[in-house]
Amino acid sequence: MATITVEGKEIEVDEEGYLVDLGAWFPAIATEMAKIDEVEMGDDHWDIINFLREYYEEYQIAPAVRVLTKAVAKKLGKEKGNSKYLYELFPYGPGKQACKFAGLPKPTGCV
Amino acid sequence: MSDGIKKFMFVNTKAPYGTVYALESLEVVLISAAFDQSVSLVFCDDGVFQIANNQNTDGSGMKNFSPAYKALGDYDINKLYVEKESLEERGLSLDNLMDLTYEDEDDDWAEKPSIILVSRAELADLMDEQDVVISS
Amino acid sequence: MAMLHTVNKSPFERSSLNSCLNKSKEGSSILLIEDAVVGALKGTKVADDLSAAIANKNVYVLGSDLNTRGFTEADILDGIKTVDYAGFVDLVAEHSNVQSWL
Repeated sequence: MATITVEGKEIEVDEEGYLVDLGAWFPAIATEMAKIDEVEMGDDHWDIINFLREYYEEYQIAPAVRVLTKAVAKKLGKEKGNSKYLYELFPYGPGKQACKFAGLPKPTGCV
Repeated sequence: MSDGIKKFMFVNTKAPYGTVYALESLEVVLISAAFDQSVSLVFCDDGVFQIANNQNTDGSGMKNFSPAYKALGDYDINKLYVEKESLEERGLSLDNLMDLTYEDEDDDWAEKPSIILVSRAELADLMDEQDVVISS
Repeated sequence: MAMLHTVNKSPFERSSLNSCLNKSKEGSSILLIEDAVVGALKGTKVADDLSAAIANKNVYVLGSDLNTRGFTEADILDGIKTVDYAGFVDLVAEHSNVQSWL
């Protein structure tokens, strides 16, 4: 099992870098995963990460990109709820990459 | 249909937790939503238990996946047919089911119920209208 | 000593509860677990069969499996007792033998 080291703790991740134990997440894990992916985390990134964690808490699933986009538009406004904006924040895909940083499983249907 | 959109119906007939059918079907449904088809769900026989209210897995330690049915509206899946006779045979009514809704884009995002109570005979007609029916 | 019977399939889908009810002796115990717990609900089409069994057998349901499926003690037939995992273990220990109806 692969691990990443965050604040001196060994954190287990799967072969694609997703957290094995969803309950083990804390914010510095997102920052470390972003560093590995060469993404610099800003407030805009955190808005999406926090949104995803709330969505998962409520529905127990990681939303598909289309659903995420629509929901972000509703909550944070149209200028953020579009795929261009989300892909700029998370170049490997708002579903795949943002969910990974947020400690969620890979969205169902993502390959 | 000429525009390439087909009518898919997923028929859920099994109780959740004891077997993996309910969870697997839900995953297939969520994936299918990515293909812009017309998707409806049926809950009949023991499938009605999948959307039972107040599921609490604290004692059994299993993953409670029932909240995911509440996300179906976000996936534009808003036709959830529940068979009346199946509920009755199990001593259940609509009150025992989760409050599943969707927001109607064409009606100023008004929240509307997704669950449609149908009889066994009506369900047979609905199945007959589909392009693809997938049972589990 | 009496036999403990366990049933783990929904009575609406399989006939194992029915087989168990037919072949269990007076004074024996029947424990509903996993998908079989829904058989304990009030007002179902198997309620009469279970009520008849309650008259001369001990019928139990595993509470955590009941809660998992969205139901509580208030939803089940009078005379069916709810047990937790520890109670399950006690039942196994108290009976001479366990027969699992699958």
